[in-house]
Amino acid sequence: MDWILNNIWVVPLLPFASFWIVLLGGKHLPRKGSEVGIAALGASWVLSVWAAVAWIRRPATGEGGEKLRSYLEHAYTWFNNGQVKVTWGFHVDGLAVVMVFVVATISLLVHVYATEYMHGDVRYTYFFAALSLFTCGMFVLVTAASTLQGLFGWELMGVCSFMLIGHWWEDQANSNAAMKAFLTTRTGDVGLLVGISILFFGAHQTFNWQSLNTQALGGRIDHTVLFWGAVALLIAVIGKSAQFPLHTWLPDAMAGPTPVSALIHAATMVVAGVYLVARTYGVFWVGFSIGPNTHAHHGVNLLAAVGGVTIVIAALLAFAQDDIKKVLAYSTVSQLGYMVMALGCGAWVGAVFHLFTHAFFKACLFLGAGSVSHSGAHHSFDMKKDMGGLKKFMPTTYWTFVIASASLAGIFPLAGFWSKDEILVSSGGNGYWAFTVVGVIGAMLTAAYMTRCVYLTFHGEFRGHGHPHESNRVITVPLVILAVFSVTAGWLGAFGVHAFGDWTRNEAFIQAKVKDYPFNVWLAAVALGFALVAAAVAGYFYVREEFVFKGATERSTLARGGRDLLVNKYYLDHLYTGVIVRSLRGPIAKGAYWFDQNVIDAAVDRVGTTSRTVAGFVYTAIDQTVVDGAVNGVGAGAEEGGIALRTLQNGRVQFYAAILFAAAALLGLGLVLFI
Amino acid sequence: MLLNQFLFLGAFLFCTGVYGVLARKNAVLVLMSVELILNAVNINFVAFGAFRNTVAGQVFALFVIAVAAAEVGVGLAIVLLIYRNRRSVDLTEVDLMKG
Repeated sequence: MDWILNNIWVVPLLPFASFWIVLLGGKHLPRKGSEVGIAALGASWVLSVWAAVAWIRRPATGEGGEKLRSYLEHAYTWFNNGQVKVTWGFHVDGLAVVMVFVVATISLLVHVYATEYMHGDVRYTYFFAALSLFTCGMFVLVTAASTLQGLFGWELMGVCSFMLIGHWWEDQANSNAAMKAFLTTRTGDVGLLVGISILFFGAHQTFNWQSLNTQALGGRIDHTVLFWGAVALLIAVIGKSAQFPLHTWLPDAMAGPTPVSALIHAATMVVAGVYLVARTYGVFWVGFSIGPNTHAHHGVNLLAAVGGVTIVIAALLAFAQDDIKKVLAYSTVSQLGYMVMALGCGAWVGAVFHLFTHAFFKACLFLGAGSVSHSGAHHSFDMKKDMGGLKKFMPTTYWTFVIASASLAGIFPLAGFWSKDEILVSSGGNGYWAFTVVGVIGAMLTAAYMTRCVYLTFHGEFRGHGHPHESNRVITVPLVILAVFSVTAGWLGAFGVHAFGDWTRNEAFIQAKVKDYPFNVWLAAVALGFALVAAAVAGYFYVREEFVFKGATERSTLARGGRDLLVNKYYLDHLYTGVIVRSLRGPIAKGAYWFDQNVIDAAVDRVGTTSRTVAGFVYTAIDQTVVDGAVNGVGAGAEEGGIALRTLQNGRVQFYAAILFAAAALLGLGLVLFI
Repeated sequence: MLLNQFLFLGAFLFCTGVYGVLARKNAVLVLMSVELILNAVNINFVAFGAFRNTVAGQVFALFVIAVAAAEVGVGLAIVLLIYRNRRSVDLTEVDLMKG
């Protein structure tokens, strides 16, 4: 039964094998390689369920909020460098098992969905190969035992993300989006490298997650080292998990095919940053003094602040988007902000739980948007131009989309409600009340922009052209499955049930004395109330003709200014490309040019003339006479010697034999005479 | 013991063989001369073996005979091919390796 927990390496190996098979031989297979990917992911999924069951049945120690299943770790020597032994190993605990299950489930459904969505695509085989490699990267990250190995999976995902966003690279915009995503996340990755190095030396030369956490929480690493290590890792998280201010790449990444958006930019890759924090929680816990009893705790820290700002900023941006996928992208950014904020507020279980539930309903929403675009809107994603009134044409897509939206908005009793509540109650309990308020505001905004999104897409009059119809089963079945998960996934942490927390809690959690807080009816009711009111207001805005906010942007300068700010995404892209990049191109480039012409060139010229004089002398005196003389001498010697020896090579066998016998005779004579 | 007489016989046969190898033009005769050399060696082996009262010399002689048979097989095959190509087995004419 425990075999899989001890051999979790099989799970990343399957998609890795599938990648090579599809890449090398996929084109010759009857279904162009998609069957290999689906088979590999199906096997991975079975193994992940097996791992989950084996994990749950694993005997636990401790009671109540301290119930703990001990982790398993197997490591093999990767390479030795002096005294440092670097291992390649697999660390299995509740967090890893949950992540493996989520990734396998979403990836399998996305693979199936993509067979229909990408049908007839020019690079169909290549698409499935990249999808497999990406899944392998995520598996490597979540099962890794060390930061270095995690970095491996992390970068593998970065590359696959680049390949998949730019899948239709013939269009310059897609190619640019891929480049932007790659470079922006790379900016964060610098932080990861720095952080890994700081922690490696801080933690007495180890890359191991477990040892890192134990040492950090045991007070064996200097606090300053931990703080800067945590800051460096936070930069990596900001890049990968699209937190403010590096969130700009994620909405642009929607240029990729929709299955990719669902898999990479909602359910798995972007949560890698959240996973990193959850995994190295000891470092953050001590480095940022997150715990409720530490004296540096002021109800705010860098991690929570980044998450909190991201929630609100991204949720507001979602209102100004007409592209359905961009609304969902900003929603993802906002929800990732939730998770980061939760980790910053000590709500470890809440963050992981939200990661778990969010993966299902966000994947459902993205695949739903893909279904709408595929069958209802002629491959457009513009809600205002090509959608509207699709409810009656696409009932399955509509209902799954509505369920997932409600789950996202945190409506009772769907999955999102429970995970969001867990975050709110724990951040409040740890004394981060300000962030609980931010969380409630975020929930309100989420409910409102999802209402807008659902209304514009499915209600009102159909504004597109052609004959919209329901997608076929290959698309709707994954949607239904995900919708079921969107409803039920949260029940693992519903009131009175602590299953999710009991299953995922790990050693670092116990050692840090992270607290679980019980379900609070009043807080939940307030959050739910605000969300419902916000949804109702947003719905009313669209349903009723005359409404006080209607046309506010035409009447009020303030409202118009706000809207412009949102449409231009807070001018962040202008800041990055216009100001930062141009300033590098403009004055700095001019300065560099002057320096180049007047300092470097002068120096180079002087060096040039001097070397010329020296070289002239060297040429006549040394090169021509000494070197050439020697070279020619060797050549002539070889030639003369060759001519002299040539006479010996007369081609007559008996002459050679005579020499042989003469030599043997001489040798024999020598032996007789001198020995 | 008659060791010296055998060694003289071996030396005589060896010299005859060397003369044959170096002086005859016919490739087949050269091969036969090589056999003479090998048999001179065999006589020495057996003679010394008998002198020292061991079978080692005879065992070596058997090995030499076996190797000589193989050598003749290869050598005759080469000679046959040379004959087919040139209609002659005169070794002085085979000087393609002349430098």
